[in-house]
Amino acid sequence: MNEPIATHQPSTTLMGGAELGLRKKPRLMARLLRQITKHPIGFAGMLIVLFVLLMAILAPIIAPYEPSAQGATRLLPTSAEHLMGTDELGRDVFSRIIFGARTSLYVGLLSVSLASVVGITIGVLAGFIGGTFDNTIMRVVDIIFAFPTLVLAIVIAGLLGPSLTNAMIAIAIVFSPSFARVARGSVLTVKNEVYLEAAHVVGGRSAHIIWRHILPNVMPPLVVLATLSLSLAILAEASLSFLGLGTQPPDPAWGLMLSQGRKFMERSPGLAIFPGLAIMITVLAFNFLGDGLRDALDPRLRL
Amino acid sequence: MFKFILRRLLILIPTLIGMSLIIFVMLRLLPGDIVDAMVGLDPTITEEAKYDLRTSFGLNDPWPIQYIKWLGEILTGDLGTSFRSREPITDQLLRALPITVELAALAILMSIPVAIPLGILSAVRQNSQIDFWARTIGLIGLSVPSFWLATLFLLFTSLVFRWVPPVIWINPLADPIGNLQQMFFPALALAVQLMAVEMRMMRASMLEVLRQDYIRTARAKGVTEQTMLYRHALKNAFIPVITIIGIQMGVLMGGSIIIEQIFGLPGIGWYLLQGIFNRDYPIVQITTLFLALIFVFVNLLVDMAYAFLDPRIRYA
Repeated sequence: MNEPIATHQPSTTLMGGAELGLRKKPRLMARLLRQITKHPIGFAGMLIVLFVLLMAILAPIIAPYEPSAQGATRLLPTSAEHLMGTDELGRDVFSRIIFGARTSLYVGLLSVSLASVVGITIGVLAGFIGGTFDNTIMRVVDIIFAFPTLVLAIVIAGLLGPSLTNAMIAIAIVFSPSFARVARGSVLTVKNEVYLEAAHVVGGRSAHIIWRHILPNVMPPLVVLATLSLSLAILAEASLSFLGLGTQPPDPAWGLMLSQGRKFMERSPGLAIFPGLAIMITVLAFNFLGDGLRDALDPRLRL
Repeated sequence: MFKFILRRLLILIPTLIGMSLIIFVMLRLLPGDIVDAMVGLDPTITEEAKYDLRTSFGLNDPWPIQYIKWLGEILTGDLGTSFRSREPITDQLLRALPITVELAALAILMSIPVAIPLGILSAVRQNSQIDFWARTIGLIGLSVPSFWLATLFLLFTSLVFRWVPPVIWINPLADPIGNLQQMFFPALALAVQLMAVEMRMMRASMLEVLRQDYIRTARAKGVTEQTMLYRHALKNAFIPVITIIGIQMGVLMGGSIIIEQIFGLPGIGWYLLQGIFNRDYPIVQITTLFLALIFVFVNLLVDMAYAFLDPRIRYA
C-alpha cells in the first residue's frame, strides 16, 4: 500500500533525448505551480508557507525586540508594546515567536534535505543496481523504517547530546528510509521502460542515465514526500526541543518556549498558547501544500 | 489461516533480530558513556576504578559477547539491573508496560467512534459542505502537536476545574474510575491526530470502494442505499483503515513518550527518557526495543485482521 505509483509522462519520456531531459525540471515546477493555484487548500498552504518563510528571513527587521533581550517586566499580559506579552525572563514573546520560525524552518529544511539526499541516493542505487546489493541495503532500510520514527529520533538525539545540530541529524536519519523506499519503488517502475533501454543501447554511462533519465521521472512522488516530511520534521524538532533534546536555551524555538512557558501558564496562558499555535499553523501549511501537490501530481499517490 | 499466521510469525524473527542489532550497535556507536556520566565531577575516581566499574557492567567485553549476553537476558526474561538505580529492570519494565499499552489502547478506542462515521459521511456526501469541513478539520487534527493539546488540556483543567493530574499512577484494578480520570486527557491528546488520520483514510478508501463495479451492480439490482453501504462497501473500505491504525501505532509510541512526561505517567516512554538522561544503556536498549516491539506486534495483529477480512490475502 505504501508502494507509490509513479506518474508517467510517455509523450515526453519516450524520446528520452538529453535536450528533453534538461527541460524536464523547470517543467515540473511550472506545472506544479499552475496546478496549485487551482487547488484552494494547497494554494492557502503555499501562501502560509511563504508567509512563514518571509517571517524567518526578515526576522531581525520585523521583530520589535531582540529575541533574548530581558528588558521588560516578567510575565506581562498582551499589550500594545508586547503583542503576545513577555515570558518568565521578561523577553518579548512575539519577537521570540518570529525568530522561532527561523529555527523551525532551518531544522526542517536542512534535515529533510539531508534525509532526501541520503535516502534518494540509497534508493536509486538499490533500484538501479538490483541483486544482492539491493536486497542487503533495503533490508537494513526496512528495519530502520520499522522503528517508530519519533522514538528513534529521541534516542539518537538524546544519546548524541542535546543540541540543535544533533536534533537535526537525528531527524535526518529517521526520515531517510522513507525517501529510499519511495525512490527505489519509482526506479523499479521506470527501469524497464523502453527509453531506458534505448539509453543503454546508445551507450549511455550509468551515472548519466541515472541523472538524466531516471531522476527526473522519480521526482514527482519525492516532491510530495519531501513536502509532507517537512511538516513532520518541524513537528519532530518541536517535540525534541520540548523534551529538552533539541534547541537549547536561550535560543528561541517554539517547542522549547512551550515547555518552558508551561510552568507559568496559569499566570500567563499566552506562554502555552502562542508557541503551540505557531507550530500548528506552520505544520498545517505544509500539510495543506503537500495535499495540493499530491492532488496536482497524482491523487492516487497515497503517501 | 493458521499457516498464514505461522508464516507471519516466522518473518517476524529476522526483523526482531535486525532491530535488536541496530539498537545495540547504535548505543555503542553514539558518544557518551555511563561511567563518565556517573563519576562526572568526582576527580578522586581513578582510571583503574573506572575500568573496574566498566568491567562490572560488562562493558569491556567484545561487542559480539555483549550482544549475545543481552539476547540471552531477553530470552530468559531476566534483564539484569539498571546501571544507575541498581534495581532489577524486568520488574520496572513490567510495571511500565501496562501504562503505555493502556494509553495507546484508550487513544485508539476514543478515535474510532468519531473518525469512522465522519469518514463514511464525508465520502458518501463527497464535495458537500460536510465533506469540506471534515477534510479541513482532518488536516488541522493532523497538524496539532499532541504535546500542545496536552498542555492546553492541563491549562484548561487547572483554570476551570482546579484539577491537576495526580502525582502517582492509579492502578485500574484498584480504582478504575480514578484511573480513567487520570488517563482520559493523556489518551485524548494522543487520539486527536489518530482521529484525523483514520477519518482521512476512511474517506479515501470509501470513495474508492464506491466506484467499484460490484457496488454499481448492487445498486442496479435494487439494493437500498443503506444495505449497499453497510453490507457491501464498508467491509472492503475498512481494510486500509485498519492498516493505517497499525502504521499510526508508531506515531502513538513516539507521542506517548512526550505525553507520559507531561502527565507524569511512569510508562515505557517515561522510563526511556530517564534512561537517556542517565545514559543508562540497559534501560535505553530494552525500552527502545519494547516500544518497537509494540509497534511490530500491533502490525502483526493488523495483518491478521486483514487476512481475516480479505481471504485473497491468506492465499497469496
